[in-house]
Amino acid sequence: MPLLRIRNLSVDFATASGAFRAVDAVDQDIDTGEILAIVGESGSGKSVSMLALMGLLPWTATVTADEITFDDRDLLNMDRRARRRIVGNDLAMIFQEPMSSLNPCFTVGWQIKEALRYHLRLGRAERHARAIELFEQVGIPDPEKRLSAFPHQLSGGMNQRAMIAMAIACKPKLLIADEPTTALDVTIQAQILDLLADLRRETGMGLVLITHDMGVVAETAERVSVQYAGQKVEEQAVGDLFNTPHHPYTGALLDALPERATEKMLPTIPGVVPGQFDRPAGCLFSPRCKFADAKCKSTPPAPLGADLGHARCFYPLNANERVAS
Amino acid sequence: MLNYVLSRLLTFIPTFIGVTLISFGFIRALPGDPIVVMAGERGMTPERYAELSAQFGFDRPIFVQFWEYLTGVLQGDLGNSFVTKRPVWDEFFALFPATLELSFCAMIFSIALGIPAGVIAAVNRGKFFDRALMSTALVGYSMPIFWWALLLIIIFSGNLGWTPVSGRISLMYYFPNATGFMLIDSLASGQKGAFASAVQHLILPTIVLGTIPLAVIARQTRSAMLEVLGEDYIRTARAKGLTSGRINGIHALRNALIPVVTVIGLSVGTLLAGAILTETIFSWPGIGKWMVDSIFRRDYPVVQGGLLLIAVMVMVVNLTVDMLYGLINPKIRKR
Ligand SMILES: Nc1ncnc2c1ncn2[C@@H]1O[C@H](COP(=O)(O)OP(=O)(O)O)[C@@H](O)[C@H]1O
Ligand SMILES: [Mg+2]
Repeated sequence: MPLLRIRNLSVDFATASGAFRAVDAVDQDIDTGEILAIVGESGSGKSVSMLALMGLLPWTATVTADEITFDDRDLLNMDRRARRRIVGNDLAMIFQEPMSSLNPCFTVGWQIKEALRYHLRLGRAERHARAIELFEQVGIPDPEKRLSAFPHQLSGGMNQRAMIAMAIACKPKLLIADEPTTALDVTIQAQILDLLADLRRETGMGLVLITHDMGVVAETAERVSVQYAGQKVEEQAVGDLFNTPHHPYTGALLDALPERATEKMLPTIPGVVPGQFDRPAGCLFSPRCKFADAKCKSTPPAPLGADLGHARCFYPLNANERVAS
Repeated sequence: MLNYVLSRLLTFIPTFIGVTLISFGFIRALPGDPIVVMAGERGMTPERYAELSAQFGFDRPIFVQFWEYLTGVLQGDLGNSFVTKRPVWDEFFALFPATLELSFCAMIFSIALGIPAGVIAAVNRGKFFDRALMSTALVGYSMPIFWWALLLIIIFSGNLGWTPVSGRISLMYYFPNATGFMLIDSLASGQKGAFASAVQHLILPTIVLGTIPLAVIARQTRSAMLEVLGEDYIRTARAKGLTSGRINGIHALRNALIPVVTVIGLSVGTLLAGAILTETIFSWPGIGKWMVDSIFRRDYPVVQGGLLLIAVMVMVVNLTVDMLYGLINPKIRKR
């Protein structure tokens, strides 16, 4: 039994111009201690699918699923009270913008200790000791002093470390990191990714890393789920995905990596992720796919088998190599 | 911080001179003559008129009169009332506690109701409570104080007989005016029922005076809350599994209070202006009623001095609010 099991998760937003499906029939499994990366361009529904899991979507969102099981508990049919005891405790999440994700009116120490009091009911002295320990764990120097700092007095990297400290305060079984490094400088990015990987090793928690950066995926992840326009289009172990991508979208993402470029110009994927009004009838990637034919444009493909990375494609790449090997 | 306070105090100087000029000019711009008013219906001989005119200094050029007034003010002398002959300063501070008590209660009333109402409206945005509350606030904001006071008097004093119509306390009670604050004095007097009577007298004026600030504070709290509720850190708070009460009441409200405190500070001026009308309606013996009476008597020193003191009071309150603002907004405090 995996730590987290999601089946057929869909999210619809009620907008002024009608319903918009941001997440479409996504399946996901995460094991204890595993790092799963969810990749895809901006607008692929990566954040929304995980916010749905956390129960953090606004009321305009309708979440439907066949199953959401976390740690043997049914999150889907759980009341709000019971869910609050899990969220922020066993199931934690950090966000893209560390500067705006911390409350500007309270010290970072206060914000960390709040979680400790709320979920673990620690006393005052214990909270303080644990907060210092957490700051040391996430590599914040001079923790005693930093605990009494306000978010605007710390750098973006320090704030993200504080966010991570807050998220792991109650020793979660699963941490979801939604583009944790996107807003940070390149040098800081690597440090934060290392920190997350180290913490995963130390604590044995599962880690979901949402990113649009294939480079980050290569460095950190073990398994990769590629998401496009709300659908999961492919899933493979990280090595296999980089060697033998099956979905043309994955192939295009990999071709856009700087180290794979053969010419001076980086190849980019032409076009944009379809939105509410330009959703194609067939394969969602077909308007941008160089292999697409009439069938692709009219009929939505179903996911293929595990041997082809569950790719939603009629003409998967590298299919023969896989069959041959 | 000290530098900040000093620089703010420096900006007081031009404001102060401006207010002095305006208050001096305002009462003189009104048609009517204090000496004629004093004489009443009996009239007065031209000789007596000239004599009084010289005594009050009206025979000298207007700018000389202003200069004398200004130098007097700078030495702390606001002049004496034409009518009572007592120093304006003394009269003001004898009556001010009554106004302060009323304004303070009105402020507490509007904050204590306005902030929770705004928070609840924002949290239930677009639902029935929100709509009902915001339309009520709009009505409250645009309602003429005078009419609203009469309506309350008719219902609660006239029909129901629950509240008295005027004054600060029932005539049955008598005790020394130790602090000037009726709630405190009545309690200190130990007389049975005195405190209850003082409270009863306060209720309607408090509601009347507090209605506009209440509407303003409720609307400002609502819009500040709506803005804050969309912020990333609120999502973080929810990701911690906190209850909505804690998220709205602590994480969101603390941020929303920053603009609300500004509005509360600004409404102090409105409140003092409203106090003048409210005190007149309820015969509340405060500076509002004193000022209105003095305007009718063309009691120049009282009107000038009263306006000046009120203006200084508002400036001091605004400065205090600015500092409070720094206190609740850490981004400003540490600069
Ligand atoms: N609150 C919302 N209301 C309506 N549409 C939304 C909302 N939040 C996200 N969306 C839409 O859902 C889609 C997926 O968004 P998101 O999950 O944030 O993408 P990403 O993969 O970049 O994280 C986007 O097209 C976005 O516009
Ligand atoms: Mg996102």
